[in-house]
Amino acid sequence: MDWIFYALDYLFGAPILGLGTMVGFVWKALLLLVTLLVFTAYVLLADRKIWAAVQIRRGPNVVGAFGLFQSFADLLKFVFKEPVIPAGADKAVYLLAPLVTVLLALSAWAVVPVAEGWALADINVGILYIFAISSLGVYGIIMGGWASNSKYPFLGALRSAAQMVSYEVSIGFVIITVLLCVGSLNLTHIVLAQEQGGIAHMLGVPWLTFLNWYWLPLFPMFVIFFISALAETNRPPFDLPEAESELVAGFMVEYGSTPYMMFMLGEYVAIILMCALTTILFLGGWTAPIDLPPFNWIPGAVWFVLKLSLVFFMIAMVKAFVPRYRYDQLMRLGWKVFLPISLVMVIVVAAVLQLTGWGWHGGVA
Amino acid sequence: MTLPLFFFYLFSGIVIASAIMVISSRNPVHSVLFLILAFVNAAGIFMLAGAEFLAMILIVVYVGAVAVLFLFVVMMLDVDFRELRQGMLQYAPIGIVVGIILLLELLLVAGSAWLVPEVAGSGALPINDGIDNTRALGQVLYTNYIYLFQACGLVLLVAMIGAIVLTLRHKPNVKRQDIAAQVGRTKETGLEIVKVKSGKGL
Repeated sequence: MDWIFYALDYLFGAPILGLGTMVGFVWKALLLLVTLLVFTAYVLLADRKIWAAVQIRRGPNVVGAFGLFQSFADLLKFVFKEPVIPAGADKAVYLLAPLVTVLLALSAWAVVPVAEGWALADINVGILYIFAISSLGVYGIIMGGWASNSKYPFLGALRSAAQMVSYEVSIGFVIITVLLCVGSLNLTHIVLAQEQGGIAHMLGVPWLTFLNWYWLPLFPMFVIFFISALAETNRPPFDLPEAESELVAGFMVEYGSTPYMMFMLGEYVAIILMCALTTILFLGGWTAPIDLPPFNWIPGAVWFVLKLSLVFFMIAMVKAFVPRYRYDQLMRLGWKVFLPISLVMVIVVAAVLQLTGWGWHGGVA
Repeated sequence: MTLPLFFFYLFSGIVIASAIMVISSRNPVHSVLFLILAFVNAAGIFMLAGAEFLAMILIVVYVGAVAVLFLFVVMMLDVDFRELRQGMLQYAPIGIVVGIILLLELLLVAGSAWLVPEVAGSGALPINDGIDNTRALGQVLYTNYIYLFQACGLVLLVAMIGAIVLTLRHKPNVKRQDIAAQVGRTKETGLEIVKVKSGKGL
């Protein structure tokens, strides 16, 4: 069985797998998958609970204490229902669409470093891989919308195609500014750069790590990235592909039971991925906010999950607070506001780095 | 058979099969989906060749953006393929000529090693093991080939401006939202208080 391990080593080009740890790799992948799915179940519950709290409701509170098992009850309900395929639907594409959504959302997690050295595959082009995979996410929606052979799903699919392509542009530029500061496409390097250099080091207080993180020097990009992430994952206020007031449920109208659940799962996994990406790019990944004993005793993975949850809390609050955008306003925001700002910021950041010699040089080979 | 070889044959087999499906499937949307499958597997071949940056860029640019627009257009247009197929024989000679030229060019590239040994390999720069290929590409593009690179950018800019000029229409009687004007409204500019006497109206 060694050849599989050699091939994986060859494919990822990284020494993540010691000799004979092929089994270990599979275990790691399974562990990540199960943790991620359970975490997604509770993120879904948290989303509903936060939404309810803002509206002074209780939210799900019947299944288990405080509704803790609500997501699992929902899972069972979805799985045991009968899947209905519309008569005029393109059957293969119709069933492929939710699969594509889930598969892409999950596969992006292969490169996310949850703590130092904890990435399943620590590849050199990690951030580009995530960007590529998340840019494929639109296919699940387009395929689902088209294959349903119905008006509302089709309109939802068309909207999402334009929306996701538009916001990818600004996300790309935001990522480029961070990459300029880091000098590497490796996700682990991006976190290390925020740990080992930055504003706190310049001020002579290196233990205040949270000042090092890129949210402070690149604050406008942090805001743009957060809002673009909302649009990229079709979260409110940008959930136009499934706008229930106009399109019933958009691209998901014809879906039910397990395929519908897979759409939902893929959507939430993609949202958590965007939270993780925000954490890595702007909030220092697994590093403790203050590098002093009570804080740096806590393992990095815990900090990572805490930061990720904080970003998700913000996303959930946005859903509760902000009314849905009109479609032309969404396009205006993407192309006429975010694109020029991020383009100018790329030039400014590059100029500043070139003139002052700041930035991280630990990644240079 | 070593594993990289196995993956190479797997990827290239899928590329060829899906390329055939692109031109032979009856539904245009299926064609585009097969085209996307071909792109993704081509990225896999790049990955095997050690060109991870090119592989990712292929997916980001072609699959993530260009093919989305393809799919968008194909889904919107109601193409009747039976009608299109009627003219197929008419275009077959041109297609065959283009195909043969492409095949010859590919053979020339592949066979350059023994056709003209002194030229072979001169186009490629030696790979430095210490540098990952994103950095190596950047160093070549922004130093040796900076003018060509900028010229490419200009060509794309011209194409973009051309597309905008061709499609931009200013319709006269369209209400447009001016967000700056909306936000800039004050009590003085946006509100008029009129004293209305009862029973008179305005």
